[in-house]
Amino acid sequence: MIDENDKSSIIRMFHVHKNYGSKKALIDINLDISKNEFLFITGPSGAGKSTLLKLLYLGESVSEGQILVEGMNLSRISRRRVPLLRRKFGIIFQDYKLIPTKTVFDNIALVLEAMGKKRQFIQKKVNSVLRTVGMEKRFNALPQSLSGGEQQKIAVARAVAGSPRIILADEPTGSLDPESADFIFDLLNGFHARGGTLIIATHDKELIRKTGNRVIHLKSGRQIKQ
Amino acid sequence: MILFFKRAVRDIRTNRFLNVVTIITISLSILIVSSLALFFVNAGNYMGSWQKGIRIIAYLKPDLPEAEIVDIKNKIQGFQTVASVDFISKQEAMKKISEQMKQQSSLFEDLKENPLPDAFEVYISGSSLSNKQLENLAKQIESIPEIDSVEYGKKWIGRFVKVFELFRLTGYAMSGIFFIASVFIVANTIRLVIYSRSEEIEIMRLVGATDSFIKTPFYIQGLIQGALGGILGLASLFVVFMLISSNIKFGLSSDLLYIKFLSLKMSIIIICCSMLAGWLGCFISLRQFLKR
Repeated sequence: MIDENDKSSIIRMFHVHKNYGSKKALIDINLDISKNEFLFITGPSGAGKSTLLKLLYLGESVSEGQILVEGMNLSRISRRRVPLLRRKFGIIFQDYKLIPTKTVFDNIALVLEAMGKKRQFIQKKVNSVLRTVGMEKRFNALPQSLSGGEQQKIAVARAVAGSPRIILADEPTGSLDPESADFIFDLLNGFHARGGTLIIATHDKELIRKTGNRVIHLKSGRQIKQ
Repeated sequence: MILFFKRAVRDIRTNRFLNVVTIITISLSILIVSSLALFFVNAGNYMGSWQKGIRIIAYLKPDLPEAEIVDIKNKIQGFQTVASVDFISKQEAMKKISEQMKQQSSLFEDLKENPLPDAFEVYISGSSLSNKQLENLAKQIESIPEIDSVEYGKKWIGRFVKVFELFRLTGYAMSGIFFIASVFIVANTIRLVIYSRSEEIEIMRLVGATDSFIKTPFYIQGLIQGALGGILGLASLFVVFMLISSNIKFGLSSDLLYIKFLSLKMSIIIICCSMLAGWLGCFISLRQFLKR
């Protein structure tokens, strides 16, 4: 029996399976993530790390099992409430997913516009997060004119702009040089330190070793240890 | 709303070529539809004025005494639906016809006697006399023994009305077809725009944008396309109308053919229909795309 009112957990997964046709991407995943937890999901390429994150923000739907996010049962959520669910998350995608035709400022502002925030607030907030990631001077640049590290900083800025409860980061340091990777990691750590829940999918062992936080290890879609 | 409007205008500017093509295509459809409307409005006006001017000509048998002519006139005057009766003597008729055919005056010079009969011009009260009523009145007049024959233009007007009605129905059908064509053209353009921006739309959804947040700028874009297409189509028709009507004024007597442009109300209705086509096109495309 699922307790939808469990206040200590922010995310709960019960016997979750995900299939793509006959291919099993995730098999019987059970997970309980507490508020303000810093969790790593690790495993080799193709283990199901990105799929697991996608299930949380309904980028994909589960084939079997149930997921609760802050008491919202994702199997029962109506189409209209999906945007509300997604606003609980700040998502950092592996390929950044910045809109190439929009400036750095507009890419970040989009999250706040979608939330219906006022123009003045958006202006203030975007400038503030740009300062945090050290990109305030590049506010008018288009994403393709930025380096990989800079694009990742913008992706982090966009993820935190909407003051989400949870950040999902898919390989946030994967393609970055060590200096940029450290900077991004510090930014994410800062979010966690301010009370946010952080879930990072990575196979960067160095990053995991540095923190000593809980690690979920996936192999061929199965959860092999915690 | 201002934010959505700005985003729509920015999208139009970004996808300039596609939008210009759509606006031109809508304007062509509107040009065709409004040309039909212009034709029907003017043809309708003519029909009305012709019907108002319908009269029956009753030709008298030859050599009737003047007193009898007065009696017959009074008799006709007494019929219901008759407004007035004018007597046209054969001399007056000859004078009129000679004036009208000045260039062929030699034709009349060789005549030994006036072949035209005396006649009455019977004007009808009310403008909406039906074909049947007119026919009955003509029969009543013809039944007077001194009347040789009657003539009235209602028969050909009746035929003209039937042809006109057929044209009108064809016009409605064509307007409907062009409206549907415009809707699908807009739908296809918006679909192209949506596909070219599918990644952007996907990102917007992932960061928590609602469907209405994504759709509204597209709807505004469709309405702008429709409005601009409608205005452009009507403006083109107006230019063509000015050119044609000035030529007609030079070529023909202005009383014979006076055409007028669509009223402001009609123009606004056409532009609104054009905007509706734009909106509907967006609606169809977005519904298909966002269902996925």
